[in-house]
Amino acid sequence: MSLEPQAGRTPAILKKSTWIDLGIRISAILMALLFTSLVLVVAKAQPLEAYKNILIGAFGTPIKITTVLASWVPLVIATSGLLFTFTAGLWNIGMEGQITFGAIFTIGAFRLLDHTSLAPNMVTILAILAGALGGILWALLPGLMKIFGGVNEIFGGLGLNFVAKTVAIWLIFGPWKRPGVASSSGTEWIDPKFRLPFIEGTNISLTTLIVAIILVIFVAVMLKGTHFGLKLKAIGKNDKAAYILGIPTTRYFLLAFGLCGLFAGITGAILVTSKQYSLIPDAGAGYGFLGLLVAMLVNYHPIWSPFIAFFFAALGIGNVELQYMGLNTYLSGVLQGFLVLFVLMADGVRKRLVKKH
Amino acid sequence: MDSTTLTTLAGIVEYAVPVLFASIGENFTEKSGITNLSVNGTILLTAMAGFVVALTTNSLFLGFLAGALIGALVGAIVAFSSITLKQSQVAIGFVLALLGRDLSYFLGAPFNNKPGIFVSKIPIPGLSDIPFVGPVFFNHSIVVYASYIFIIAAYIFMFKTRPGLMLCGVGERPAAAFVRGANVNGLRYLYTILGSALVGLAGPMYSLAVKIGWSSQLSGLDGVGWIALAITIFGGWNPLRVAFGAYFFAALQQLGITLQSSTQIPIQILQAAPFPLMILTLLLVNVGRAEWVDRELAALPEKPRAIISKILRALRTSPPASLGIPFENE
Repeated sequence: MSLEPQAGRTPAILKKSTWIDLGIRISAILMALLFTSLVLVVAKAQPLEAYKNILIGAFGTPIKITTVLASWVPLVIATSGLLFTFTAGLWNIGMEGQITFGAIFTIGAFRLLDHTSLAPNMVTILAILAGALGGILWALLPGLMKIFGGVNEIFGGLGLNFVAKTVAIWLIFGPWKRPGVASSSGTEWIDPKFRLPFIEGTNISLTTLIVAIILVIFVAVMLKGTHFGLKLKAIGKNDKAAYILGIPTTRYFLLAFGLCGLFAGITGAILVTSKQYSLIPDAGAGYGFLGLLVAMLVNYHPIWSPFIAFFFAALGIGNVELQYMGLNTYLSGVLQGFLVLFVLMADGVRKRLVKKH
Repeated sequence: MDSTTLTTLAGIVEYAVPVLFASIGENFTEKSGITNLSVNGTILLTAMAGFVVALTTNSLFLGFLAGALIGALVGAIVAFSSITLKQSQVAIGFVLALLGRDLSYFLGAPFNNKPGIFVSKIPIPGLSDIPFVGPVFFNHSIVVYASYIFIIAAYIFMFKTRPGLMLCGVGERPAAAFVRGANVNGLRYLYTILGSALVGLAGPMYSLAVKIGWSSQLSGLDGVGWIALAITIFGGWNPLRVAFGAYFFAALQQLGITLQSSTQIPIQILQAAPFPLMILTLLLVNVGRAEWVDRELAALPEKPRAIISKILRALRTSPPASLGIPFENE
């Protein structure tokens, strides 16, 4: 909603532009719904029934709402981490692999500390910290390759996503295979005493919820209220100019990657300790890619990301209900994709209109 | 030469075809100055759509046409959003890559593992009888023969014809091309749509000719599009070198298939093997430009320095100068 005040413009016109603005945004959402409905019609399904089922699947019972919240936690943490790299003008498409490495390090720590005399809570905390470290290390790789190897972070990150998945699969089928026969369903489950407990009668762990809220606030404060955030933004706008003005861009690029990796690692650790309880081949569970979409949709503003992340999490959970209509769960991805596409396009239309006025 | 080796070599020539069309298609788009990141989604979507259209209409031609048209539509969205609406090419392309994948998995589900129709092999009389060359190059479907002509035609068009030179000019120095009368943004529209239509042919080439059939996630096509984008970079935006990259990738895939039958390595690991290599090749073609490499080289004795810098220079590629930069004729 950035309408720079310009000389000679009356408030009345400004108000009119705000309405146009809102109208364009709403039409983007309607377009996304329209195209998703068309896709449903092609799949020979009733669009309204499908949307109703998604709503029931996400909000039908109180326990379902807590399931949505449990899915919101990793998504909002991943999105928040990506705001660091986006602010620095970096495309950290390797997020998915960084989450996977968080999960790998978490499980690795559990395996190491399984039979020590440490208190179970202590072991879990150490394992989550190990996960954070795994995320950081894997995130520094595309950063180092960009800075010292000239490899665009998009391709570095993408390649590393596949490499991370391969490492996970190798561990599942090789060194960390289940006693007896290796299975693509994952490694052996961690002991129940190490798992983060759910709030009585819900599907959500209070610890993860608190961690997520703290991290969301941390990112908002870092980016909006500190010199660090301002410098990162300056680099994102124009890294060469920022360098000339004395900001050590290389160090800030690596910091942005490292911070994003920290968030990715925590995401992976939370997935292991509160949802998957083991290392599975798809350890990132798509949260990295989904986080990228949410970050694009909120135009990289930390204030909006919790709300959009909640909406996306609700779509993802509600979607499961579609199986009763004989449809698969890729519909939420379709709707989310159309939504981001049309919001991006609508933003372009808005800018053109503002320019013409 | 025994028959297994010949089959493997023929397999490489065949497997390279879809990647060839996708990465040379992207080569055209990027030469004009636009990056179209949607390739992976387009390949999956057109593999599904081409298969379904061919199955329901019983026409292979319509299957390929559907692929090309969907590809062109994706290209048009990228061009419109980035040129006319001035949105980030990376953002639009990335969203389309994810959207195309999810659309193909959602709409393609009812057609999973259905038997369909496919392009049959037509050995070329005479040529296919030549020892070695015949079985490797001339005992294929028409799709493979089309790829030979396509590589050479793309190279000649890009570097030896007037419109091709205009294309390079638009990507290198758009302002200069504009002064000389080129419609810069019009040409960028044209080559983004054309390039994406070529990418759209790659999908049906998989599902109707090279890796016949459709089975959603299990098709093993997810990721090929990203490799195709990397091959375009590795190939230095030159169709001949890009073709070499595609054959190299296909050789890796074939090696995976061979290893799978002779060892216990899980298939998922073999499928992922090209990605570390992709990173390595990107490092090799880019690292020659880094400052620290020059510094390190200067410290080396004369002989190895000359050899290493020669190798780095041979590997090094540079993108079209205005790749990803919008052009405004004001």
